Amino acid sequence: MSRAFAPLLVLALAVALAFLTVPVLAIFVDTSPGRLLDSLGDPVARDALWLSLRTTLLALAIILLVGTPAAYLLATRRFPGRALVLTLVELPLVLPPAVAGIALLAALGPRGLLGGALQDAGIALVLQTAGVVVALVFVAAPFYLRQAEAAFSAVDPSQLAASRTLGAGEARTFARVAVPAARSGLAAGTALAWGRALGEFGATLMFAGSFRDITQTVPLAIYDRFAEDFPGALALSAVLVCVSAALLLSVKLATRHDGRRGALA
Amino acid sequence: MARVPVLALALVALVLSACGDSSDSGGSGPVVVSAAASLKGAFTAYAEDTGGNARLSFAGSDELAAQIRQGVRPDVFAAANTKLPDVLFEEGEVGEPQVFAGNRLVLAVPAQGAKVGSLDELAGPGVTIAVGSASVPVGSYTRDVLGRLPAVQERAILANVRSQEPDVKGVVGKLTQGAVDAGFVYVTDVRATKGALKAIELPKGLKPSGAYGVAIVKGAKHPKAAKRFVAGLLDGQGADALRKAGFEPPPSP
Repeated sequence: MSRAFAPLLVLALAVALAFLTVPVLAIFVDTSPGRLLDSLGDPVARDALWLSLRTTLLALAIILLVGTPAAYLLATRRFPGRALVLTLVELPLVLPPAVAGIALLAALGPRGLLGGALQDAGIALVLQTAGVVVALVFVAAPFYLRQAEAAFSAVDPSQLAASRTLGAGEARTFARVAVPAARSGLAAGTALAWGRALGEFGATLMFAGSFRDITQTVPLAIYDRFAEDFPGALALSAVLVCVSAALLLSVKLATRHDGRRGALA
Repeated sequence: MARVPVLALALVALVLSACGDSSDSGGSGPVVVSAAASLKGAFTAYAEDTGGNARLSFAGSDELAAQIRQGVRPDVFAAANTKLPDVLFEEGEVGEPQVFAGNRLVLAVPAQGAKVGSLDELAGPGVTIAVGSASVPVGSYTRDVLGRLPAVQERAILANVRSQEPDVKGVVGKLTQGAVDAGFVYVTDVRATKGALKAIELPKGLKPSGAYGVAIVKGAKHPKAAKRFVAGLLDGQGADALRKAGFEPPPSP
């Protein structure tokens, strides 16, 4: 059996590798470095890149600020309904982007559940840069929460107990002991959430629309170019691939540096 | 013991059969149609009337044209303009195009509580507008029509545009969700919302009417069915479905 099985394993890996890498490599084969630089000089592309950078960083800041303490609570306390809360928080992970877009419209759109309240408060999200950030937070936050919860769970409880025994309050223990101890897992979660936010397309288009320098992020600019300027779309895609690959690499390095291999699980 | 290889073989067979699915060249399978988003209602009705033996996919005409250039091979390509089929014909991707319908660009607003009542109010402060992206026919019609307005008015209207959607469905969606106050779509799109939107006709001088072109794709797998489908659009159940959806007869050249 093992004689027949081993080559099959190798074959399976080869097929998987080829299937997953050939499309990504094709982007670079079809794009010359000159074309790539040209596309970066295009003002529409530059606006899209700049907007993507701003909106994803803002979304990331919100996710870290709220997500870190929330994940800490989920990891260190046992309360009734905890499993349900975990599942609900992770749900956007498996939602199709179009469903996320519809859901955001139904909740926060002008005719949505909270649309009237938002309008009374003078908050405009739809077709605004703020709407892009909302869509990004919605789809990317679960990636961070999941990872951060796992990272905090892996911190030795006796370490936290020792900190409290030595007189550090709960807040100090969180900031000075738990966060540093979980930092590589938190960094990995940050990079994953960032990658997801950079690639966000459907929810952004449906909830925030597509307008240059306001809501047209890089994926939307790629889609807009795809029909008229395929090489241009390829070049912009290549930029996104490079950034995403750098993010993934940083996740690997962050988790490896710490020697904790379970961080990505 | 032999379970794993058998499973693998079954998987391979499954993939192969899925690939081979569309390879019957006898023209007996369903005709595969790539059509402009604005044709959705009319073509769906046409396909149902003729026994449902058609596979329809709808998107912005420009995206469908780009797919054909990238080697995607539907049997029929129906666009919301005549330019895209003409260009593809010159490039040798499709057969000779035919004009099969006309449509009219209108200003669409919510049927109830509309903030905008006329083209003149569109340039007012605080009005939000959605249009098609410049690359998609509805977007280029919109820009052509607005280009026939006085330059000051055109600029003021374009300054109120808040979203450039990849196809006409996106504009309609933004309108029905109340995300914008007004949008430029086809009169048939307004009709398809069954009363949710209201059409404000544009002055004839702006030439809001446009023609739709259809062509059979070179190398179509079901050429006979494709020919039947196109013939029905010009005269038959397809033409009836188009009229019912509000499309005009092909404008005489």
